[in-house]
Amino acid sequence: MALPSYTETRYRIWHYIYIAICTFVFFFLIAPLFVIFPLSFNAEEFLVFSEGMKNLDPDAFSLRWYKDMVYGTKNPWGLAAKNSFIIAIFATIGSIILGTLAALGLSSRHMPYKGLIMATLISPMIVPLIISGVAIFFFMAKAGLAATHTGIVLAHIILGTPFVVITVTATLSGFDHSVTRAAASLGSNPVNTFMKITLPLILPGVISGGLFAFVTSFDEVVVVLFLAGLENTTIPIQMWTGLREQLSPTILAVATCLILLSTLILVSAELLRRRSERLRGINR
Amino acid sequence: MSSETKQILTTDGIPLEVSLKKAEKKNKIRAFLLVAPLLLFLAITYIFPIGEMFMRSVDDRMVTNMLPKTFKAMEKWENLEELPSEEVYRAFYEDYKLLVENQQHGKLGQRLNKEKNGFNTITKKLFRQIKRKKIDESASLKEQINKIHKRWRNVEFWQAIKRTAPPYTAAKYLKGVDMYLAADGSIAQVDEDRRIHRILWLRTLEIAFFVTLFCFFMGYPIAHLLATLPMKYSNLLMICVLLPFWTSLLVRTASWMILLQQQGIVNDFFVMIGLVADDNRPEMMYNKVGTYVAMTQILLPFMVLPLYSVMKTISPSLMRAGKSLGGTPFVAFWKVYFPLTIPGIGAGCLLVFILAIGYYITPALVGGASGTLISNQIAFHMKTTLDWSFASAMGLMLLTGVLVIYWIYNKLVGVDNIKLG
Repeated sequence: MALPSYTETRYRIWHYIYIAICTFVFFFLIAPLFVIFPLSFNAEEFLVFSEGMKNLDPDAFSLRWYKDMVYGTKNPWGLAAKNSFIIAIFATIGSIILGTLAALGLSSRHMPYKGLIMATLISPMIVPLIISGVAIFFFMAKAGLAATHTGIVLAHIILGTPFVVITVTATLSGFDHSVTRAAASLGSNPVNTFMKITLPLILPGVISGGLFAFVTSFDEVVVVLFLAGLENTTIPIQMWTGLREQLSPTILAVATCLILLSTLILVSAELLRRRSERLRGINR
Repeated sequence: MSSETKQILTTDGIPLEVSLKKAEKKNKIRAFLLVAPLLLFLAITYIFPIGEMFMRSVDDRMVTNMLPKTFKAMEKWENLEELPSEEVYRAFYEDYKLLVENQQHGKLGQRLNKEKNGFNTITKKLFRQIKRKKIDESASLKEQINKIHKRWRNVEFWQAIKRTAPPYTAAKYLKGVDMYLAADGSIAQVDEDRRIHRILWLRTLEIAFFVTLFCFFMGYPIAHLLATLPMKYSNLLMICVLLPFWTSLLVRTASWMILLQQQGIVNDFFVMIGLVADDNRPEMMYNKVGTYVAMTQILLPFMVLPLYSVMKTISPSLMRAGKSLGGTPFVAFWKVYFPLTIPGIGAGCLLVFILAIGYYITPALVGGASGTLISNQIAFHMKTTLDWSFASAMGLMLLTGVLVIYWIYNKLVGVDNIKLG
């Protein structure tokens, strides 16, 4: 952002103010995440930087809280992590199947009442979570699925499908339908055409929608709070309980792991997005 | 020229028009069948339960079902200022006796007590009389019941029973805005010191509004920077927006709890630059400040991403053209660039506002008592007081607000224009 040499002083000053504001906002966005890293290696129990840490004394740092996270007695994190992954994986699979099918139908130009149906399908994303939570709880309680894994998976499919519908519809908007017609004219049946032609082409959209669904399920706490029993505790529930009762350094260790996981997901989502744009012929 | 001779036929001998319509219909059904599984799934697990929330919020059939004969007899009770006739007393006695046999009389007493204070006492007295078989069914029941307690002779108590007759009630909705149905059927306000819900609604709106405003003023400059910087720099900076976006909400709330605590880094910094004294560190968490700061940071990506996607499409030559026509950079920005970004502003602001208005987790953790929002109240009634019909009513009031905003959003931007990442 070099300024041309003829810029007047007042615009020059304004430009630097603008850069300063932007720097502050970026700092505001990203800095809170980095506070957690060093504190999770704290040797002491307090959630402030000790004198030793400020002087970079190696004794002030330890893996104590990570050990506590993995081996700690009466430790809920192992069970919570297992539940979280199981629920998120099944919810993602369910969301991908239902969402992709619906997106295929919605992208057809023959689809009647497109706007209304689209609005209905993505409504779980717009309706405040607390209301979704209450409604889903009423259903699950009636169906006898409260406090079961199945109930939570179904609830997360409801919350996850809108993302798949949106990303796959976006991918299909640049889709050249003549390739499926070509396949059909060469004698392929619709299922075969879908598996061999359509799916590989829309796969980036499907996967990135799936990532959104995974993260939604993995991070979801409001609905689970209504549905989960002791057996179905998840990482977000444990964090929620921990944060309400006492902020312990073990939570920071878990948080650090979660930040690393989200970095991984961010990188894969970005790579997929670029691949999808390349496939759709959007050059920038 | 007759149409029959000109009609084009397909090889099967069917008119082309009919054949095309058939194919069109087939395609329509095929498209619909693809959407059907998800639509059906959502209808059963999500849309109907929301409808059920409505039924629950207005349902008042309990008393209606408990006192069927009484309400039938009361239809003939015309002068409401006088005690009802013997017929009504007898019907009420019969209904009540049946309830005693089924051990349901306690519920009735509690429900009627909500309608008129002191009811529980006199139904209990009636219950004892029935248990001791002190009531002679062949004599006048009106006289006998009236003798049990003086309140049975008070017409207001009979009016209270009559008020519970309709199977549906809007009482929960009125309670949600601190009003109630008074004895004479008019809508009245609750006492000033007990108006808690209206404060919550206003606070929710206030916090959602200011969070949206903060997000806009912070999001606009960086979205502009991201859209105008060369790709290699902007991709790097984009991570600053996307990483928080993908990070767990609870992790981000936890980091704000650490930063904002009294011995936290933000307070340390304020002490260091001499803004506050070390022994007088301000409380920045468990109040509105904490809610504002944490919610702004958490929702900022939802403002930046729509703004960025709109700004990305604005050609830089437009600004140059504006300047070359004699506008100062400020004029060029205000008259050319800014109007072009309005769709992005609309999308970002409404998205942030909708999300903020239904926020639950962050206010509950960093908000304290003065930072809680309407969602927290709904959760409280769902989990603690177990007044599910009231929670449903509040939820639906919130939902109506959100749907109105969503409708505006749809008109302005269109829901299918939502972009993610």
